[in-house]
Amino acid sequence: MMPESNVQTIRRIEAEPGASFWRDAWRRLRKNKLALFGLAVVVVLSALCFLEPLLCRYVIGYTYEQQDLALGPVPPCRAHWLGTDPLGRDLLARLLYGGRISLMVGLLGTAVSLTIGVIYGAVSGFVGGNLDALLMRAVDILYALPFTIFVILLMVFFGQDIRLLFVAIGAIEWLTMARIVRGQVMSLKQQEFIEAARALGLRPSRILLRHIIPNLLGPIIVYATLTVPEVILLESFLSFLGLGVQPPQSSWGVLIKEGAEMMEEYPWLLTYPALVMALTLFSLNFLGDGFRDALDVRASKD
Amino acid sequence: MRSAPLGVLTLCLLLLCGCERRQSLVDIADRAQQYRVSNGDEPADLDPQTSIGQIEHDIMLSLFEGLVTGDPKDVSPIPGVAERWDISPDGRLYTFHLRHNARWSNGDPVTAADFLESYHRMLLPSLAAQYSYMLYPVTNAEAFNLGQITNFSQVGFKVLDDYTLQVTLHSPTPYLLSMMIHDSWYPVPIKTIEKLGALDDRSNPWTRPENFVGNGAFVLKEWRLHSHILVEKNPAYWDAAHVRLNSIYFDPEESYDTEERMFRSGQVHTIRQAPQSKVQFYLKNRPALINDYPILSTYFYKLNVTRPPLNDKRVRQALAMSIDRHAITETVTRAGEMPAYCLTPPNTAGFTATARLREDVAAARRLLAEAGYPDGKGFPAVELLYNTLQNHKAIAEAVQQMWKKNLNIDVRLHNEEWKVYLDSMRRTNYSIGRAGWIGDFMDPSTFMDLFTTDSGNNETGWSNADYDRLCREASNTGDQAVRYAAYQKAEAILVDEMPIIPVYVYTNPRLIRPSVKGWYPNLLDQPNYKFIHLEPETH
Amino acid sequence: MLRFIARRLLETIPVLFIIATVTFFMMRLAPGGPFDTEKQVSKEVRAHMEAHYGLNKPLFQQYLIQMGHLLRGDLGPSFKYPSRTVNEIIADAFPVSLELGFEALAVALVFGLLAGTIASFKQNSPWDHVPMSLAMIGLCVPTFVMGPLLISGFALHLDWFNAAGWFSPRDRVLPALTLGAYYAAYIARLTRGGLLEILRQDFIRTAQAKGAGGARVLFKHALRGGLLPVVSFLGPAIAGLLTGSFVVETIFGIPGLGRYFVTAAFNRDYFMVMGSVLFYALFVILLNLLADIVQVWLNPRLRFE
Repeated sequence: MMPESNVQTIRRIEAEPGASFWRDAWRRLRKNKLALFGLAVVVVLSALCFLEPLLCRYVIGYTYEQQDLALGPVPPCRAHWLGTDPLGRDLLARLLYGGRISLMVGLLGTAVSLTIGVIYGAVSGFVGGNLDALLMRAVDILYALPFTIFVILLMVFFGQDIRLLFVAIGAIEWLTMARIVRGQVMSLKQQEFIEAARALGLRPSRILLRHIIPNLLGPIIVYATLTVPEVILLESFLSFLGLGVQPPQSSWGVLIKEGAEMMEEYPWLLTYPALVMALTLFSLNFLGDGFRDALDVRASKD
Repeated sequence: MRSAPLGVLTLCLLLLCGCERRQSLVDIADRAQQYRVSNGDEPADLDPQTSIGQIEHDIMLSLFEGLVTGDPKDVSPIPGVAERWDISPDGRLYTFHLRHNARWSNGDPVTAADFLESYHRMLLPSLAAQYSYMLYPVTNAEAFNLGQITNFSQVGFKVLDDYTLQVTLHSPTPYLLSMMIHDSWYPVPIKTIEKLGALDDRSNPWTRPENFVGNGAFVLKEWRLHSHILVEKNPAYWDAAHVRLNSIYFDPEESYDTEERMFRSGQVHTIRQAPQSKVQFYLKNRPALINDYPILSTYFYKLNVTRPPLNDKRVRQALAMSIDRHAITETVTRAGEMPAYCLTPPNTAGFTATARLREDVAAARRLLAEAGYPDGKGFPAVELLYNTLQNHKAIAEAVQQMWKKNLNIDVRLHNEEWKVYLDSMRRTNYSIGRAGWIGDFMDPSTFMDLFTTDSGNNETGWSNADYDRLCREASNTGDQAVRYAAYQKAEAILVDEMPIIPVYVYTNPRLIRPSVKGWYPNLLDQPNYKFIHLEPETH
Repeated sequence: MLRFIARRLLETIPVLFIIATVTFFMMRLAPGGPFDTEKQVSKEVRAHMEAHYGLNKPLFQQYLIQMGHLLRGDLGPSFKYPSRTVNEIIADAFPVSLELGFEALAVALVFGLLAGTIASFKQNSPWDHVPMSLAMIGLCVPTFVMGPLLISGFALHLDWFNAAGWFSPRDRVLPALTLGAYYAAYIARLTRGGLLEILRQDFIRTAQAKGAGGARVLFKHALRGGLLPVVSFLGPAIAGLLTGSFVVETIFGIPGLGRYFVTAAFNRDYFMVMGSVLFYALFVILLNLLADIVQVWLNPRLRFE
């Protein structure tokens, strides 16, 4: 027994060609002002960060590693728009350089943990039974293992490779994502339209990809935007253990951490990195909400 | 629903406004003669024979008293449990006459046998006391500690009667009394320890407040891990009449920033070190609250002389000569440190090295060219290793830039977590490594012995027969003039060979309230609580 | 349901066994040992210390010995604090973390759920934007900034609280806020996201169209389905909260358990690491089990598998 409408919905989603789906999504995204603003900020910020060598040479006039010990820490002024750190280095240059690393780590690290977490959680929740039990106990184990030692071992065995950063971050951050996705999938797979899809004889992988995961976009996107700041700050801990960036290189996480240590004496060293990070997160957040709305399969049938 | 957040907010505000401005803890403590100390971290233990750090040391100073103790002003030896002592003309036989009124906190008299048994325990190979070498000047102490002899009566300690202890040294050691101020020479309550477990059991619970017995001016009352340690005046102490503090409260905060905030909010009288970024502020704006004094400690880089290009003396010299130490102490560390041009800090028990490394960029470039790297060309990749700490990082970054600018060479920075770093250093698995050394007692030997060939702390692969010979010579004579002359020559070799690059001599920017009287800065940063008292500040 | 719980508890045994085994060998692979200090100790001293703790035996034998001790509930002595056992340290520090954890959890749940629920029902209004912006800021301000900021304002300038310490009830306020704020931000975002998702589903729309009141819709349908992500997140999050936070404990000088998770690893305090890892593992497992039960309870269509 199943409502006729569900079968129709399934048939229509199945019939929908991919291209038009993405075109529609883009059309909806373009109508969303906040999302566009978020997209613009992220693009501009990324561009600035990745053009950092050029900007430093022609606009700022200082490189991220150029010290002026005699100058020391000065608050924002004409020569140094965002001030300098105790070694007399230009904060703007360091912020842009750090952005290259942090945006990369933040976005890639989140993407890695997202991919693993969504697939793992979806399979676990969808298949259920013994496999689910096995996979979820594995998650319990990974939660409990001492992360600090894991990072130290990574560094000892593989040396200081920036790619290891993604391994370390991916290894820890996907766990909660997997549990969230699994919970949602377990709840979704009991719903009528999934039963309808089953009744229509669709392959499980197809049901998962085409009917379940799109319904998970909301929580996934929300959690992803929550993961980005966490990953960026986690990087500073990895740097502390020797795995992350090596000085004089920098990252937002490291700048914020060091700024926090001197926030009473040189507040600008904390304020500006934190502001830039906050701006990035707001933008990603608006963008995320926009994506969710744009990709909403239910909205598309209205 | 809508008014709920507002309600919560109002409630919070009301609650908060109800809190009046409070009397600070130190004001209360001043009147109660309770000295409140933030001592930097949780002590690992309070057994003077197995505890090794400054953290533990600072607390144990209040709980135990050795034969001699440190003068509060300059830590020179003054009578402790020993009222007086005689030294034989050849400097090898010390006879200590103990006070008859010295008591343990449980009322038992402190006798010569207590000291003998304590030193027996200290040297037991199975106790594995890290600082057992502090007793090595004593005849056969080393052999006993290494298990070469098993009969303790062969070791140079002898009880003449209850209140007379004789100590025989294998060679005259003019700084023996200075060494004896160290924790490793404290007596420990052997009977209590034996009652609670094995003598050589590091986990023996005798240091718990409920079991504790000591012979110091104070006795352990409360100890909660990471919360606090409270010691109270020991009524059994022989000089209790002159102890003016009623109690000392030790707060084990491990974060400098937390310590400083506690100091500012009036929760503690003193913290060992102001956070580096705040030293300048205090020096300029609150000079009455800060005391910035030199301590017996040098900051330097170790060079692995087995690895090219650092196996070339000229390269090592070039690196050492092209660092601007003034720029580092004036603009990077900024806590009043003194640039260091040799290993031993100036005026260590009257010894100041005359050999000094000179900063000379032109000469450094010449040396580097002679070594085959004109203008830094072809200089292989070298890594500078440091353990993760903001200060080390800033100094390394500055030095890296100086070498780049002055010698045109690229040195990579590499930070490691503390234990990984220690492991790399121990296995000489590094090129340039950050290091520091705190002297254990007031004598140049505590620095000079570091770089002898068989020193476990050498870690550079550097070995020099002349240097070894000079250090041996110095330790075998009782004549200070001969000793210091040998050390002068040894320092000169070190400065020429450069297995290390001295950077600066530490200072200690202690924050301390003006109500604390009888505390004095000294090179070992060692207070003598017995002489401290509090005078409430008048507002 | 009882069968489900019993099965899960049985599964806990192999899980703990694997965690203990992996932790043991990870720990021993890490460079640097418990007795490494800046001042080198002699070979003899090192050998005696290792012998004292049985570290001189073959690794696999040590493993078997330690597993035997663990089976008897004996976590062994601490290397860092030689006169104490790991059992004692945990027994001493855990109540503190538990208390702070519950207080922070209360802060997080009250503010997080409230803000998230209101925001989702008043989407795109100031009731949505203001709390959500605050939540975003909360996420960008890590606890190591939040703590000092709160102390600076409320303890140093206004002098309402001590700057650090854990003695009077008043000492609980700032740490609980600092720790709770971060989780509140997470919960607020997740609640809002989850609820929005449900609110646009057909059956809610149907219910609303049929004229059911907002409050009834909220509690009957929306909260149940919408809280799923929050519940999944809360399992491990509560485990983390109740077993303490290194950063908050260090900033506020709190004698809790959280610091040991980090410092034990840094000190290579092998037995302490093992003890704290297993203790935390037990929490994670039990709270994830609890989360799974709550999930079924929230969503009657689910069955215990």
